[in-house]
Amino acid sequence: MTAPAVTAPGPTVLDFESVRADFPALHQESHGHPLVYLDNAATTQKPRAVIDAVTDFYERDCSNVHRGVHLLSQRATVAFEQARTAIKNHIGAADSREIVFTRSTTEGINLVAASFVRPRIEAGDEVLVSNMEHHSNIVPWQLLCEERGAILKVIPIDDDGDIILEEYKRLLTERTKIVGVVHVSNALGTINPVREMIELAHARGVPVLIDGAQALPHLAVDVRELDCDFFVCSAHKAYGPTGIGALYGKREHLLEMVPYQGGGDMILSVSFEGTTFNEPPHRFEAGTPNIEGAIGFAAALKYVDNLGLDSIANHEAQLLADATEAILAVPGVRLIGSARHKASVLAFVMEGVHPHDIGTILDSEGVAVRAGHHCAQPVMARYGLSATVRASFALYNTAQEIDALVAGLEKVREVFG
Amino acid sequence: MSDMRELYQEIILDHNKKPRNCYVMDCATRSADGHNPLCGDIVKVYLRIENGVIEEISFQGHGCAICTASTSMMTESVKGKSVAEVREIFEGFHEMLTGVAEEQGVELGKLQVFEGVREYPVRVKCATLAWHTLNAAMDGDDEPATTE
Repeated sequence: MTAPAVTAPGPTVLDFESVRADFPALHQESHGHPLVYLDNAATTQKPRAVIDAVTDFYERDCSNVHRGVHLLSQRATVAFEQARTAIKNHIGAADSREIVFTRSTTEGINLVAASFVRPRIEAGDEVLVSNMEHHSNIVPWQLLCEERGAILKVIPIDDDGDIILEEYKRLLTERTKIVGVVHVSNALGTINPVREMIELAHARGVPVLIDGAQALPHLAVDVRELDCDFFVCSAHKAYGPTGIGALYGKREHLLEMVPYQGGGDMILSVSFEGTTFNEPPHRFEAGTPNIEGAIGFAAALKYVDNLGLDSIANHEAQLLADATEAILAVPGVRLIGSARHKASVLAFVMEGVHPHDIGTILDSEGVAVRAGHHCAQPVMARYGLSATVRASFALYNTAQEIDALVAGLEKVREVFG
Repeated sequence: MSDMRELYQEIILDHNKKPRNCYVMDCATRSADGHNPLCGDIVKVYLRIENGVIEEISFQGHGCAICTASTSMMTESVKGKSVAEVREIFEGFHEMLTGVAEEQGVELGKLQVFEGVREYPVRVKCATLAWHTLNAAMDGDDEPATTE
């Protein structure tokens, strides 16, 4: 894991002219200004390599997977399964069969809740999540707890946005059936000490799911080194297409898990008397999958790997440090989330101005940010807020774009006096 | 910048800073909660209706400048009017923000300053939340009003 506190340039420096040239959508105007895209934690822009991979599939290999005897179907199947292998390699899994394609991080969590936890949770048992979870890592557990009479427990966080590990240790009990924790918070930027948290949970025999949606674009993830039981992520936060995600699950867990949805591809044989289910990962992939999405996902990971996650992390750490300093110099701005280890997510509020108004004014200057609760209302409530402004940086953002953000905030001050 | 001034007109900024009729009404005959799930804005509207006329109106809540100013100005514009008249104003207001018609049939007075919101589709709900909530309060709905 790379600590983003590092501000010195790393051994390799990204060539930003060529990097930005790779992303067609960056080169446009927004409300008469050059687009400054700082909403990367919501979704990233896509490099030409990803767009081409998706287009090539439709122009050359378009057919269904796992069922055709013809050439196109064979090519599509090979490309689809190669994508699975690419994801396996990128996150350090041991076996491609540990990678299940989903349509999103959210679906990955729902799948684990339904197929892994549901059969083993009873009334009075507990599910443990942190106070900084995205709604996607809260609501599936709430639904399950409600159905089973189980209890959802919350690991508190401190004012900086760090998990209080002492409380976490106290909350891990023999009743805990799973821990679900976010690797990198989308609302605060906190990089959680997941390695340590997993170790503590395992010491109690508790399996852990890591929500890796925001980790994938920023950190080198190694699921075997982390020793997590499940890791969920989606392509679109890491320069890939929307509508495709991946669930990593330890093989021993996947083999035990019941199907998630029924349908084609997840079966070996079907009769009206009964059905034999396919092996993992196919057991959890009912229906025709998002083939071009998987192929685009692999292209995105290849793009990221070519640049190198270390140099990406160094660049983003520099942007975060500079942007933090710059916005704190704007009168009335208060940072939300100042954890020791942070990814390039900068959340803030401005005295006397609602985040939505800031968002609209920044937009009028061509600066795209997110304003709202970031699908993490409980963490907003923790800080007594209903919303924040969030500027989130990606590998293609520049120092000039930080200047544009600050200039935009000055406009906000002008309008609101 | 000029278009921002058009959206955030002085009167809107003033009502945002100093919302009128912003208090909990103890003697309310009707009230309703409103919520914009998209952005988390919350408003509660209190009414004292006598003989079909809004004798008193107040609100509590939090939201952006558009939402707060719209709520505040709504309370001023409907006070002393009959429920039927208020529904007509709401219709006119809604039409101004979402409709295709260039000319409104209803005299909106000061509420006309929200015309600029029309250019910002994602902000229209900020301006209409209070009105949906008022409507729910007049209907005597128990269900919270939402903009969705």
